[in-house]
Amino acid sequence: MAAAAEPTAPSAGRAGPNHGLRIFLLWLPAALAADLVIWFIWGPHLPPGAMSNSAASQQFDLQVLAVMAAPVMLGVLIYAAYAMITWRARGDEEEDGPPIEGNTKVQLSWITISTVLVLFLAAFGTYELVVPAGAGAGEGPSPIWKPDGKPLVVQVIAQQWLFTYRYPQYGGMETAQLELPVGQPVQFNVTSLDVIHSFWAYQLGVKADANPQVNNVAYTTPGHTGQVTVRCAELCGLWHGAMFDYGQVVSVAAFQAWANHTEVAMTKITKTLPPYALTYTPNEIKGLANFFYQAGLPGAGGGYYGNQYYPNEP
Amino acid sequence: MATKIQPEQAQHPGGGGPGAARPARPWWLRPAIHTAILGAVLGYFIGHWLGNFLASGYQQVKEGDENNFAIVFGYLAATVGFLVGLGVFNDLLRQMAGRPMAAHEAEPPGLARYFRYTLDHKVVGIQYLVGMIIYFCTAGLFAMAIRTELLSPTYHVFSPSAYIEIVGEHGTMMMMLMSSVVLGPFGNYLVPIMIGSKRVAFPRIEALSFWLTPCAFLILLSSLLFGGFPFGWTGYAPLSIQATQGADSYAVAFGLMGISIILAGFNLICTIICYRAPGMRWSRLPMFVWSMFTTGFLMVLAAPVLVAGMYMMLTDRTAQTAFFVPDLGGSSYLYEDLFWFFGHPEVYILALPGFGIVSEIIPVFCRKPLFGYRVAAAGMFGVCILSFFVWQHHLFVSGINADMRPLFMLTTELISIPTGFIYLVALGTFWKARIRFTVPMLFALGMYFNFLIGGISGVMLSDVPADTTEHGSFFVMAHFHYTIMGGLIFAFMAGIYYWLPKMTGLKLNERLGKIQFWTMFIFFNSTFLPLFALGEMDMPRRVFEYARNLETLNDWVSISSFLLGGSILLFVINFVWSTVLARVREEGNPWRSRGLEWQIPSPPPPENFARIPVVLTGPYRYGFKDAGPVADLNPPVGVIGGAYARAGATGAEA
Repeated sequence: MAAAAEPTAPSAGRAGPNHGLRIFLLWLPAALAADLVIWFIWGPHLPPGAMSNSAASQQFDLQVLAVMAAPVMLGVLIYAAYAMITWRARGDEEEDGPPIEGNTKVQLSWITISTVLVLFLAAFGTYELVVPAGAGAGEGPSPIWKPDGKPLVVQVIAQQWLFTYRYPQYGGMETAQLELPVGQPVQFNVTSLDVIHSFWAYQLGVKADANPQVNNVAYTTPGHTGQVTVRCAELCGLWHGAMFDYGQVVSVAAFQAWANHTEVAMTKITKTLPPYALTYTPNEIKGLANFFYQAGLPGAGGGYYGNQYYPNEP
Repeated sequence: MATKIQPEQAQHPGGGGPGAARPARPWWLRPAIHTAILGAVLGYFIGHWLGNFLASGYQQVKEGDENNFAIVFGYLAATVGFLVGLGVFNDLLRQMAGRPMAAHEAEPPGLARYFRYTLDHKVVGIQYLVGMIIYFCTAGLFAMAIRTELLSPTYHVFSPSAYIEIVGEHGTMMMMLMSSVVLGPFGNYLVPIMIGSKRVAFPRIEALSFWLTPCAFLILLSSLLFGGFPFGWTGYAPLSIQATQGADSYAVAFGLMGISIILAGFNLICTIICYRAPGMRWSRLPMFVWSMFTTGFLMVLAAPVLVAGMYMMLTDRTAQTAFFVPDLGGSSYLYEDLFWFFGHPEVYILALPGFGIVSEIIPVFCRKPLFGYRVAAAGMFGVCILSFFVWQHHLFVSGINADMRPLFMLTTELISIPTGFIYLVALGTFWKARIRFTVPMLFALGMYFNFLIGGISGVMLSDVPADTTEHGSFFVMAHFHYTIMGGLIFAFMAGIYYWLPKMTGLKLNERLGKIQFWTMFIFFNSTFLPLFALGEMDMPRRVFEYARNLETLNDWVSISSFLLGGSILLFVINFVWSTVLARVREEGNPWRSRGLEWQIPSPPPPENFARIPVVLTGPYRYGFKDAGPVADLNPPVGVIGGAYARAGATGAEA
């Protein structure tokens, strides 16, 4: 799907109206108008917003892609609509069309234009992937694209069917809610205790699969304070649909206060947890799941399987 | 190459020869559907017993007292029993015992032949057609159940477990059974006729490929008896290893269907290479045959990986291997890689036949030659080859191979170049055409419209930063419904309206057809266009709960989807009304097509051609004043040899 319509109009010689020029004149203002609307009016409101640098890069990519897609789509649609109106058979016309089997010039220009568009998109996408430190996508255990500065490390532990968050820089405390300071790079270490989940912090533009026994790292830098929706984006079983919670991006001072307070309040509980590690083995799941159940922490499963249920028991 | 002169009798499918035994048994002893069902039931019990005997108590999953071994063996033995009862192995056993094979003469007309293991590619084509419509409608009902649940942001109609079963059944049934939706009916029926052959290369393999599909269908449905499977159509491990017994039917059914599409593709590749009539050069092959050829390669090369993946999943679930269990040294990435190495070619298995049908139809109703024949064929080959190099774009956020992302982004975007060729060909064919808006043409145009949206949204998904938001959301869901439902199924409908008069000699009601097109086109778009927005607004796939502010949009989608279901119902009504009740004859060539298949009577006689035709021109020479007939259907004796020699000399492989 590439290349605009105008090269498909063979140089309309001979008698009759210049169809190619007509289609071009229909297409040009439509494409211009669409692109201006997309860039200036629609673009700033495109998801996922600009709450973090990775979200902003995704929004910018969507904007660029939409600006490129609109003329291509309009080209094909305007050409096809023009053809259907102008070159429809009238009445019971039995006549055949002109025997045109191809046109090397048209074919070559189509191939050239689509190749140029595609190569530009690939180069643009690569630039946009590398510069904002992986663009918020999970980069696996040894990330190659990192942000500048020392990030705040947050471990995201997914299990059926809730996320919990550990802060190794604050004594390894584990919370049920995501809390982040504004303006500081964040490193998410995403892992799972049972099956594959996907940590999707929508407003932050972060998505990283949570694989068991794998530490999947994703980076972002929140730019504004506000609420963050966290959803599971990979089918993980029965209560996948209910696996969501809300996090906060707060000011640095508020985060410090919250973190220090929570670290102290959780000291006792933190001691009962398995020590902080990049991945966890199923033996520790039992203790962890039990702990959450007894602490009355909200789980999306709501104790569906009861206390006795330990997923993936070998 | 088919340059060796063969005696014409050799084109009778099934062989047999002079000494062939003719079974003279009463009808109830002759192999057909009833003996097959008997075989399946017996087989299931034997297999179930064997599984329990071999591995009693080896693994009993908590919530059921069924043994995975017993279920898997039961399914496999039931399939074998079904095929034995159908008579699939009769000729094979006869040959092994040195006895002459049964004679396979033309099946007597009547309904009974459609319930047998038959060697006539036209009967297999009709079997496939009816089968595929049944599978499609069943899976479509599941889709409407999903939309019923999504009318409200919390669960209200189905329990979460019922909902997840329905999601899994819908996705798996559509993706696995619909992979043969065009190649099965139209490929098997029309390709031999289009290339001027009396038969396919391997009629037994072809018939076997069909009879595996009802087995896969029923086994997949039977998973509901064991509580379904909770992992959608992708079956990601370790969720699929953790799941209860319903997952066994998923793996067995998907594996069987994998075998079926390998066989079907293999047969068609060999038929196209070896059974072209004299004069049917590669440069004269209809576009539909090219699409079947490339689809066949995808099936033969991609599906073995699926079968291997399903086999590993089954041994993980039964024999306690640990291919996909990370705690025991396996890797969940291994399954993702295996699955998508099949899964991405699979989506082109679903797209290419659609391209073939629309490219075949537009020249007929534009009354113009296909614009850029070579470009169209090159586009199909380009898609076919590139589709093996893009699979990791499904895993952009999985944490696998982050440094390979620019490469997979590039290959994914490159595949839009050959796909764009299909549009170049269409737009070029429209230029100064005489477009006739018949029902098949309307569906073909609808396919181009829908696939444009599907394809462009695919380019958006190929960009890693944009994909980070879109992955796993309703955006992806809308994208592939636009390419598969909007592309393949619209093309399938175009094919039915175009070729059913050929296959049955009966006319489909045109007014009902037009109503069906417009309702289907409008409600399809009104169902799936809002899903792009829903995906961008934070709605993941396969959920039964969503944010309350998305309720209006979801309700709109649900109501549209019910109306879309209504338009499919209109199709079923039209199909049954026109072929069973009204039965208006449509003989000859109603579309004035130059395709070879339209040069013979409708429905085609049992032998297709009285004599092997000699093809004289390509199929798209519309508008040429001096265009002669497409083929000499009754070449004088002796000409065939000469034509072979000439075709060989001038480069039949060009």
